[in-house]
Amino acid sequence: MNTLFDKIWDSHVVTKQSDGPTQLYIDRLYCHEVTTPQAFEGLKGRGIRCFRPEKIFCMPDHNTPTHDQDKPLADPVGRKQVETLEKNAKEFGLTYFGMMNPRNGIIHVVGPERGLSLPGMTIVCGDSHTSTHGAVGAVAFGIGTSEVEMVMASQCILQQKPKSMRINVEGTLGKGVTPKDVALYIMQQITTSGATGYFVEYAGSVVRNMSMEGRLTLCNLSIEMGARGGFVAPDETTFEYLKGREYAPKGAEWDKAVSYWRTLKSGDGAVFDREITFDAADIEPMITYGTNPGMGIGITKTIPTDATPKALEYMGFHAGGKMIGKKVDYVFLGACTNGRIEDFRVFASIAAGRHKADGITAWLVPGSWEVLKQIKAEGLDKILNEAGFEIRQPGCSACLAMNDDKIPAGKYSVSTSNRNFEGRQGPGARTMLASPLTAAAAAVTGVITDPRTLM
Amino acid sequence: MKQKFDIIESTCVPLPLDNVDTDQIIPARFLKATTRDEKFFGDNLFCDWRHNPDGSLNKDFVLNDPSYGGCILVAGKNFGSGSSREHAAWAIAGYGFRAVIASSFADIHKNNELNNFVLPVTVSEGFLKELHATIAKDHGAKVRIELPSQTVTNLTTGSSEHFEINQYKKFCLMNGLDDIDYLLSHKKDIEEYEKAHA
Repeated sequence: MNTLFDKIWDSHVVTKQSDGPTQLYIDRLYCHEVTTPQAFEGLKGRGIRCFRPEKIFCMPDHNTPTHDQDKPLADPVGRKQVETLEKNAKEFGLTYFGMMNPRNGIIHVVGPERGLSLPGMTIVCGDSHTSTHGAVGAVAFGIGTSEVEMVMASQCILQQKPKSMRINVEGTLGKGVTPKDVALYIMQQITTSGATGYFVEYAGSVVRNMSMEGRLTLCNLSIEMGARGGFVAPDETTFEYLKGREYAPKGAEWDKAVSYWRTLKSGDGAVFDREITFDAADIEPMITYGTNPGMGIGITKTIPTDATPKALEYMGFHAGGKMIGKKVDYVFLGACTNGRIEDFRVFASIAAGRHKADGITAWLVPGSWEVLKQIKAEGLDKILNEAGFEIRQPGCSACLAMNDDKIPAGKYSVSTSNRNFEGRQGPGARTMLASPLTAAAAAVTGVITDPRTLM
Repeated sequence: MKQKFDIIESTCVPLPLDNVDTDQIIPARFLKATTRDEKFFGDNLFCDWRHNPDGSLNKDFVLNDPSYGGCILVAGKNFGSGSSREHAAWAIAGYGFRAVIASSFADIHKNNELNNFVLPVTVSEGFLKELHATIAKDHGAKVRIELPSQTVTNLTTGSSEHFEINQYKKFCLMNGLDDIDYLLSHKKDIEEYEKAHA
């Protein structure tokens, strides 16, 4: 008890029945085009409106093409889904950031970036990577479409309170080790169901010293450990990041908010249902060899001899084999996991003065128009263009290949996204998850390469 | 498919794999629908496992084996991991499954099943192992799931286990009620909460 999770959760309980559900108040509902049409249909069927439309923000991101966004979507089914969201947002009086709107982008990149996701909030979205918003010190979790409908109808959700877990990462990260590697390492250690039933608080010196972009990556991947969500207690890094953002409080309201946010931390005697501590010195750049994000290894290691045969067969790999030197066909930089400015800086740091390898198709997709603007402001686009890379328009893109950005069957992709499930990046696609640094190293060499050798 | 759940007795479809993710249950390209058409999702349940890359039926996949059938899917551990897509629960329901037996479920998917009147039944690894062995030996082996008493029984061996379920969700399933009715009846509490936290 006395954890930050308890504090935020308990302060949002509207009613609680013994042995029944907790009715939890939700401060922010995000809607994208894929998981909401049936919820709006449900409201229409019941003849009801959204209870608190001002707390709901909508934007398309999954179907959006990464080029020619000013033109209508070529895919008629995807176009209908995007148009349905726009129509529903209008009909129900909700804020809508459409394609080409400078506020548009991947919902989990836009929320923090616009200051819509704030410390102490409860945040939900019909998307498992809603855990991303936990980086600002919020309790944020993915829900199903029926639950989206509940929140639209009542601004509340019925949930059983998860258990709490603290994951500490102590020490100093080694050269070439990024927040993505930290998350892939934790998953390798505890598996993809290691945190099922829990809400995770990330702590320890590594997390404390992590930038907001890094914390967003780490919290994003909480769901891949099975956790409902993960968060980092807000601190000066958080306040510095949020200050001045469009929807963040301003003036006296800001000061009032910050003084409240400073109280948002787990007590000294806080008791967690489970606590795990990792040593940063044990973590090296990671890469996955299998078909779930827990099937990862340090990049210099060999594929475990007890690896799941079905996964190896799908990937065309052998137990005991090395990852370094394996041929790569595609490189994807982007997604709600690694589509932020810091990820582009890191990628550009390797690309600078080098050139994209022959035979590599690279998709560099910023998480939002705001990220793209920043890329240009910093001149990263020039560095990347000179190295033979093209920067595309924002969206979820090849993370789940709902638009045209599909990896062909049998091809190998080094991807900064979050899932290497069978067919995730297109039917038959073979995905290896890695950090932007490792992705850049593969992009300029054409093979899996330890990024430390290029730094 | 808000069918009240009480007691079911059925043959089973075995899928003895761990970490079956929702991308396998229903691949992303089928998520573009704007209606809750359970038949469409059911027809595409496990689409990429049911078919070979050339589109032909994969005869080795259990759903294509006519000797198996029934409304209970028996999986491994960590069933439904990954994406929150409720389309996965719609596909399971749309195919005709009314219960899934596994040794553990991913949290979001478990809620999605419950919200679609599909019962997730969590059993011990030992019970699950025995059940898979039973089904492998006799494809017509039956299982009985009693929601009122929260018991699941392997009718071939007589092994029986108690399973956990939130009492409120149990009430909803047994009475065909959904959460929105419940929440709408608490509007006054919500408004009071908002006033107190303004």
